[in-house]
Amino acid sequence: MMDMNYFSLTLCEAKKLLQQGEITSVQLTESIFSRIDAVEDKVKSFITLDREGSLVRAEEADRTRRQGRAGELGGLPIGVKDVLCTSNMRTTCGSRILEKFVPPYDATVIDKLNRAGAVIVGKTAMDEFAMGSTNENCAFGVPENPWCPGYVTGGSSGGSAACVSADESLAAIGSDTGGSIRQPASLCGIVGMKPTYGRVSRYGLVAFASSLDQVGPMTKDVSDCALMMNVISGYDKRDSTSINLPVPDYTAALTDDLQGMTVGVPVEYFSEGLDPEVEQVVRSGIDMLKDAGAEIREISLPHTDYCVAVYYLIAPAEASSNLARYDGVRYGYRDMEAETLLDMYQKSRSTGFGDEVKKRILIGTYALSAGYYDAYYKKASQVRTLIREDFTRAFAQCDVIVSPVTPTPAWKIGEKGDDPLALYLSDILTISANLAGIPGMSVPAGFSSEGLPIGIQLQGAHFNEEALLRTAWNIEQRAGIKGRRPELG
Amino acid sequence: MKITKEEVAQVARLARLELRPEEVARITSQLDAILGYVAKLDELDTQGVATTTHSRDIANAFRDDEVSQSLDHDRALTNAPLQKGEYFVVPRIIT
Repeated sequence: MMDMNYFSLTLCEAKKLLQQGEITSVQLTESIFSRIDAVEDKVKSFITLDREGSLVRAEEADRTRRQGRAGELGGLPIGVKDVLCTSNMRTTCGSRILEKFVPPYDATVIDKLNRAGAVIVGKTAMDEFAMGSTNENCAFGVPENPWCPGYVTGGSSGGSAACVSADESLAAIGSDTGGSIRQPASLCGIVGMKPTYGRVSRYGLVAFASSLDQVGPMTKDVSDCALMMNVISGYDKRDSTSINLPVPDYTAALTDDLQGMTVGVPVEYFSEGLDPEVEQVVRSGIDMLKDAGAEIREISLPHTDYCVAVYYLIAPAEASSNLARYDGVRYGYRDMEAETLLDMYQKSRSTGFGDEVKKRILIGTYALSAGYYDAYYKKASQVRTLIREDFTRAFAQCDVIVSPVTPTPAWKIGEKGDDPLALYLSDILTISANLAGIPGMSVPAGFSSEGLPIGIQLQGAHFNEEALLRTAWNIEQRAGIKGRRPELG
Repeated sequence: MKITKEEVAQVARLARLELRPEEVARITSQLDAILGYVAKLDELDTQGVATTTHSRDIANAFRDDEVSQSLDHDRALTNAPLQKGEYFVVPRIIT
């Protein structure tokens, strides 16, 4: 193992070597930081790095392991999206308004990672308050797609996707409100899962849209995703929307065939605007599932065309309420010159928030305001019911729904310019899982002719993450691209 | 026009945001496009359809009313831009 670049290992591979005593967590963590030193200038995945703390944690993990008490993720270096509260590291949420905010407590997911012995190397770049599909809305620099410099990583968990793809961490945590785990995972060629709403605690997750937000893993392969799910899932009394159901061993779901499973192909997800290369990758993925023994069935999700409109009312409405807390009083940026309370609120918020956040607060405030509530927020909430019912009907006919994740591969930074609607529409294939609360996943399946990664999306019924993992595993086994990494020089 | 500059300025006041005139103009046209797009929901008849505010059917989540450790003053105040003793300090409210 002398010459091996440990940073290129998967989570499970590194775990095995640690267990066998072939490597130490200190070696692994040092290798990760040497990789970060080599490529971070190009990729810009991180907002904050904790080199010293990580090495201390790694030493601790090695000590614990020698005592025979290693945790599930003992000594494994991972990145965390800067949306989860960490008491030892600032948590900016990609926003100037939280630039210096060091939370007084750890999020439950952070707590679980720490208990499992993970080494959190840093906090990753994200669109401000998770609002964006490209990571261009990050106040602290825009990460670049490791597969092609100058291209977007996707968003909003773009830093997490980039750091895993570029081997700057073995795995990462993201959050997904309308596709923010699955879309960047697809654009950066890694695995990403948005669990069922309520599967993973949201305690300590900085709130964007509380009825849609969910935390999930972003990993190099499907086995790693299952391992991470084992660690972060479960009921939390501090999150009253988390669901008290037993957590299965997700790694046991990775079996080699799909006999007895029915896979639905929604006609509406293959409409015009879908890039032909993306369609081809997804169609060949469907053939792999057939080859693995699954029955393929065409299904319909008739309200798909309305999900973007529903989402861009409900998410901003919830955001406008959640972001009211940034008032310059208890934490976050305050304009110290303001002489009256109102002036302080307005100046602090107007300086602290970026353009996209302001825009969404305004849409949400408008949609909830007197005279417009029925026409916008209530109407959207009713159509949300119709979207949920589409999925209930679909899952009576199939176990898993297969589709593209995004209509196109990654595009150039700046290319979609100042047209928010065009960007919002690119979220069309991922949004409905959040509206319905179901789990969704992205698994790498191919590449465009330009060499940009293309993922396949899998969606399942509530709490059926195991079916997604099993299906994804079978795609991974057959796609023949596992282990292919970007050349970053 | 779905929304006017005056309405955007009014909504900004409600949201405690201060917009520069050029921001009002740009945001008005973007909001107008977005509101024009979401109007497609009117194509659907939703008479009698229940609203979904939450994707899972959870009723009130109760817990036992037990005293437990909570954040102490010092820790709660560490991020305050301005503080004094046990208090957050804000500009004078009553004059």
